[in-house]
Amino acid sequence: METKEHKFHQETGFPWKHVIGLLLSLVLTAIAFWLALATHQPPAVVITIIVVLGFGQLLVQLYMFMHFTESDDRAWQVPTIYFALFIAFTVVGGSIWIMSFRSIVS
Amino acid sequence: MNGFANWAVHFFMLDEGPLIWLSDFLIGCATIGIIVALTYFKLWKWLWDNWLTTVDHKKIGIMYLVAAVLMLFRGGTDGLLMRAQLSWPNLHFLNADHYDQIFTTHGTIMILFMAMPAIIGFFNVAVPLQIGCRDVAFPYLNAISFWLFFAAALLFNLSFVVGGSPDGGWTSYPPYVENAFDPGPGENYFLVALQITGIGTIATGVNFLLTILRMRAPGMTMMRLPMFTWSVFITSIIIVFAFPVLTVALALLLIDRDFGSHFFTVTGGGMPMQYINLFWIWGHPEVYIVILPAFGIFSEVVSTFSHKRLFGYSAMVVSMIAIAILSFIVWVHHFFTMGAGPGVNSFFGVSTMAIAIPTGVKIFNWLFTMHKGRVEFTSAMLWAVGFIPNFLIGGLTGVMLAVPPADYQYHNSYFLIAHFHYVLIGGTVFGVFAAIYYWWPKMFGVLLDEKLGRWHFWTFMIGFNICFFPQFFLGFMGMQRRMYTYPAGYGWGIINLISTVGAVLMGVGFLIFVWNVLWSARFGQRDTTGDPWDGRSLEWATTSPAPEYNFAIIPTIKGRDAWWLMKKTGESINGPKGVPFRPIHMPNNSGRPIIMSLFFFIAGAGFIFQWWILAIIGLLGVLVTMAQRSFEYHDHHYIPVEEIEKTEAAAGRL
Repeated sequence: METKEHKFHQETGFPWKHVIGLLLSLVLTAIAFWLALATHQPPAVVITIIVVLGFGQLLVQLYMFMHFTESDDRAWQVPTIYFALFIAFTVVGGSIWIMSFRSIVS
Repeated sequence: MNGFANWAVHFFMLDEGPLIWLSDFLIGCATIGIIVALTYFKLWKWLWDNWLTTVDHKKIGIMYLVAAVLMLFRGGTDGLLMRAQLSWPNLHFLNADHYDQIFTTHGTIMILFMAMPAIIGFFNVAVPLQIGCRDVAFPYLNAISFWLFFAAALLFNLSFVVGGSPDGGWTSYPPYVENAFDPGPGENYFLVALQITGIGTIATGVNFLLTILRMRAPGMTMMRLPMFTWSVFITSIIIVFAFPVLTVALALLLIDRDFGSHFFTVTGGGMPMQYINLFWIWGHPEVYIVILPAFGIFSEVVSTFSHKRLFGYSAMVVSMIAIAILSFIVWVHHFFTMGAGPGVNSFFGVSTMAIAIPTGVKIFNWLFTMHKGRVEFTSAMLWAVGFIPNFLIGGLTGVMLAVPPADYQYHNSYFLIAHFHYVLIGGTVFGVFAAIYYWWPKMFGVLLDEKLGRWHFWTFMIGFNICFFPQFFLGFMGMQRRMYTYPAGYGWGIINLISTVGAVLMGVGFLIFVWNVLWSARFGQRDTTGDPWDGRSLEWATTSPAPEYNFAIIPTIKGRDAWWLMKKTGESINGPKGVPFRPIHMPNNSGRPIIMSLFFFIAGAGFIFQWWILAIIGLLGVLVTMAQRSFEYHDHHYIPVEEIEKTEAAAGRL
């Protein structure tokens, strides 16, 4: 137990992964902003591209910052990911379902 | 010069009448009093070294709790002001604007700045001790969480005397809260303060999730966790998934207000209802965030004072997991009247009613735990027993509200007000009081007085019912929430008066509690054993208060109710005799969390008043303090064996 408790996680060398991750997430955000503010594409196109960019952000976060591949505890990781997917589906799908009332009303 | 004077008078709200002057005076007196007292008794260094810079979970828990009690006082005063205004028809004790501000701050403070810190305080006090570890997974982050909450609470309370309080209700619905209808800093206070405390809360969620997953003592499997720790585990998961939605909703609204975007303004093509949708995606799980730990507390208290192991442990765990999942798919019941259509409303009505099933399972489990137990009615147990019928009233009226067609009648009436006060006070506040009486000896080494405790319970509980039960009828009689006065002749006057009497009684109950704290600090029975209740879980295995390192040797757990088993077999918490101590690795104290939260405070003020230079200074300060932390290498120390031996000898455990 003592040894497990004192296991320090120490990185060696320059944290390239984090720097690249930071730059990637900044670039992805900038593209989304530019699409929405400076281009005149139809909304459907803009929204589709932003969803794809958002999915990219998600992968950047998981792989570059959250050490997604480095865990030794799959027993918890797998259900957590499923639960996260469930919540994401509920929030996005549920909101679309609920807010589509506008089309019923109008 | 004249212009500046006018601005300052308006800014500090000196033109708003005697309530503000009185508050200014009281705030001034309290501030000067605290500074003078600290200087006179030469306590500044003690305060800084022992409290402000601490990363010890036990001390952070106590600070959360002190803040929560202060906020209970503030929110309670708001409540009493509202009840005074409503006690009779046509009163003009408060004007409409002030009334709006006061119900907004009452709701926001009670949920975000009273209930949240109170339960998070008990996370800190109990969880590491219950699972047999020495601190949380990230002690430094824990300190940051606390100070972010503190900065946010300070900022939010300041709104009362600087610039004006928010007045859009604790839900802050657009379109009313958009700039066009509600200019000024008020709503910005709400958005920024919640944003800052939200960051702290997410960090707390991550922290306790990892603490419980990774730091359990050997042998402490998940199915051997004390029930309170289980509830904290589930709550942390809900926090991590629900709070980011609030962050997004608040950020979008703040961008609307500060930078003129149109996410929620109808004229600009926005959808106000989308904010309401997002708010409740967070808002409904939030009510489970504050109730589940209370369930955990009741489980501990009921089992301890029935001197029996908890009935239906696995059923308790499964029902909490079910509640956690269901809590994410019920949010539309807060706005059935939006009219999303029969399909949506039926789905969310049924899912809401389904929550009653796991909750009912838990109620029966508590009852069966008491069944054939040697029930001992201590103050903590009184709160737990009082909780069951009161929460049941709240829960059953909740099922009534979950029927969409009926909800069109109840919606935003006093029926709803009575319902959510029954669940939040009858559940969370009763739980917090139970926990205060239960864990007080563990926190301070002193027991709260039982006689005063009973007075506190009965006054508060009776007052609570006199206050809120009549409001169900007010709702049926058509009284709407958030109305600041009403004409005579509806028959509401006398019922409102009864309700106000109850509110005053609750205030008296609170004062008895404060008196109990002061009296017990001076004359209360000292807890010399560390186990005053004949407890079952590990926190009762160490001294009261626990030593800095909690456990000299990490115990090995052999079953549920670990400490109870050890007492039965006559084992020591330090294991077999003669096992040598080893130096204990502990985190260093740090002043940076409080400084970082000061910068958050500055940045927050910048965003509230749209003083962009201040906002930039604040955010830069935050970045610099974060960068400094990244390059800090000497952040831990070892407690030498001699010191451990000395402490353990003093505790009689050698």
